[in-house]
Amino acid sequence: MCLAIPGQVTEIHEDNGIMMGKVNFGGITKNVCLAYVPEIAVGDYTIVHVGFALNRIDEESARATLKMFEELGVLNEELEVPDEVHE
Amino acid sequence: MEFTNWSCPLPLLDYPNIVIGHGGGGKLSAELIEHLFLPAFRNDVLENLGDSSVLNVPAGRLAFSTDSFVVKPLFFPGGSIGDLAVNGTVNDLAMSGARPLFLSAGFIIEEGFSMSSLAQVVQRMAQAAEKAGVLVVTGDTKVVEKGHGDGCYINTAGIGVMPDGLHIGPTRAQPGDAVIVSGSIGDHGMAIMSVRESLEFETTIESDCAALNTLVDAMLGVSRDIHVLRDPTRGGVASSLNEIAGQSRVGIMIDETKIPVKSDVHSACELLGLDPIYVANEGKLIAIVAGHAADAVLACMRTHPLGVEAAIIGTVTAKHPGMLVAKTGIGGTRVIPMQIGEQLPRIC
Amino acid sequence: MKYMNEFRDGATAQRLAQEIRQITTRPWAIMEVCGGQTHSIIRNGIDQLLPEEIELIHGPGCPVCVTPLELIDKALAIASLPGVMFCSFGDMLRVPGSTKDLFKVKSEGGDIRVVYSPLDAVTLAQKNPEKQVVFFGIGFETTAPANAMAVHLAKKLGLRNFSMLVSHVLVPPALEAIMTSPISRVQAFLAAGHVCSVMGYWQYPPIVERFHVPIVITGFEPLDVLQGIRQTVVQLEAGEASVENAYARVCSFEGNKTAQKMLEEVFEVTDRAWRGVGTIPKSGWRLSPAYRDFDAEYRFEVSGIETKESPLCRAGEVLQGALKPNQCEAFGKQCTPRNPLGATMVSAEGACAAYYNYGRFVTLEKAQQPVHA
Repeated sequence: MCLAIPGQVTEIHEDNGIMMGKVNFGGITKNVCLAYVPEIAVGDYTIVHVGFALNRIDEESARATLKMFEELGVLNEELEVPDEVHE
Repeated sequence: MEFTNWSCPLPLLDYPNIVIGHGGGGKLSAELIEHLFLPAFRNDVLENLGDSSVLNVPAGRLAFSTDSFVVKPLFFPGGSIGDLAVNGTVNDLAMSGARPLFLSAGFIIEEGFSMSSLAQVVQRMAQAAEKAGVLVVTGDTKVVEKGHGDGCYINTAGIGVMPDGLHIGPTRAQPGDAVIVSGSIGDHGMAIMSVRESLEFETTIESDCAALNTLVDAMLGVSRDIHVLRDPTRGGVASSLNEIAGQSRVGIMIDETKIPVKSDVHSACELLGLDPIYVANEGKLIAIVAGHAADAVLACMRTHPLGVEAAIIGTVTAKHPGMLVAKTGIGGTRVIPMQIGEQLPRIC
Repeated sequence: MKYMNEFRDGATAQRLAQEIRQITTRPWAIMEVCGGQTHSIIRNGIDQLLPEEIELIHGPGCPVCVTPLELIDKALAIASLPGVMFCSFGDMLRVPGSTKDLFKVKSEGGDIRVVYSPLDAVTLAQKNPEKQVVFFGIGFETTAPANAMAVHLAKKLGLRNFSMLVSHVLVPPALEAIMTSPISRVQAFLAAGHVCSVMGYWQYPPIVERFHVPIVITGFEPLDVLQGIRQTVVQLEAGEASVENAYARVCSFEGNKTAQKMLEEVFEVTDRAWRGVGTIPKSGWRLSPAYRDFDAEYRFEVSGIETKESPLCRAGEVLQGALKPNQCEAFGKQCTPRNPLGATMVSAEGACAAYYNYGRFVTLEKAQQPVHA
């Protein structure tokens, strides 16, 4: 289980004493409960499950992972040894 | 509510809401016909007010279709039950290759439904009918007790004329045919979802509700080697292609990366855990076209306002008959089965 | 969508798969715990990119699949009571109880509402004071904080007409149960990334140590799943076993402390029956005494429920990877997606449903291959 998708916080307010906000998911906006990410700020990305932000997305970590993926293939190509050379 | 087109709205203004009498066949019913339906639909046949309407139709084959419309809410982003009621039946006729001519309109209205809302629905129907080039030539109204009827249900039936020698139908797909979709999928279903209680979200997604008959005309003008036409309404593209695969006893293989999906629709589907391929459309068609004619048909579609984003999304094959299979974005394969029941938002 | 589309890149997926093929020398059986991961695997065809040696066993991480039959039957009974508005996530609507499902209850006149968030159920309770609103609070640790907030808010607002039917299940006890089961073939786990985003992964090192089984915290997009598998295979090939985090952009060792605090207040640990698997001690959460007033099991007297699991259903063995769906006698005959006997056929992520759809395709493909002389 656990369908949770990334979105960007565009607004923060309070409802019934609970921290709520608007989160933009690639063009659509939904009211989301931000109570579990009290340190979140407008502009941050967060992962949302059933209308609740569960964690802030660590953007630096995301970038690092994507960079690692990019380097994957590059490394392979550099290390590719033609068959005839195998001892 | 704008009443300027009405011959004389006064009797209706006495009744801000529909009452049982409006369906009773007496004075109130007559007032409704005279002051609401006739002014909206405006044509000689209807104005005869006969028990049935007698029509001149060209000789040859007729296409005949019916559909009932129970959508909730009645008004949604980009459309209404009125638009659907006309376009839905027009499209069913167009999918056989027929030229739609005449519609009937049967209303089942809930007691207490606002007259102004009914007027809006009827006005939308009239506008859609005019745009599609069809006449509403006969109708009926019943009123049911409060608590039934969800505001308003509409049934439309339609007659169209079949061009000679044209045979389009779900049993006619053949291996080697191309599968073309006329534009982005999932718009209508997600527009409805965006205003559904407890699921609503802010978006600019609008229903794609539209009459497809002029698009079909243009396509048939380019090639007669169109084997199947289908408008993927409930159950989306997945259901339509599964049905066609089953009825034609062929397999269908599509490439997911070729299917046009608006980015907002994609986002909304991700949010609710829905697959756009199962989401309803009301202004799109699937065309299964002989391989050699595909490019020409596609080019033609792209010049029509309703086919600007048309794309070839797959092919018909002799392999895996009855099954719809897709190549995924990462190069894997998945089977797209027939939907069981309604697609529901998921958390899992 | 940012932080989603990038993790679906086809070319990178192919490269990751290539890497995995290069490092795999032996058969390995890896279990992905979470139903969401199973969904991603099936949806994207990830398993087809993997070398044949790697078998992915679809785990019990799907609340649809494991909610105990007794609780489903109780839910159906409550939903059938007059004056009740029964709110649920969409997933649960077609899960079969002993005799029917929520859809059938709806057709019999029950007021059943699909909601996106548990807070929607609280809103419905406020808007409909004459109805008793009951929310079906199922899920793993990922969903628990949301359910907790809903009942916490209801208490705060003093709502007399809101209650929750709770059936939470916990991942770590399930992993232990699988590893101690004599029929399990699991050699490594892809841990549920979103469960860990809430709970952290401090619970896993003792499991790794006890069973010498690699556990890699894994996300859900195709690249996340492939990366998780890659890191797992590296460990397996080296004979190592440790906890690794392959979903670092979302998961930390400690998890979400704010959420955990709320969970401690609202829930308490309980033994929980897992449908098809049996009772796993201390593997669930129920409402704590402070919230007993909002517990639907106490509020509604629903007795005389006769719980009857189909004797033909072998979902439990399938869930543990001990039985392949097509080895079950009822598969494709008495049990199909249209008429599911157990939860693994109801849910599209259930192993049986996945097999039913994809398996037929593979059979047809093989049947059409030319016969070699």
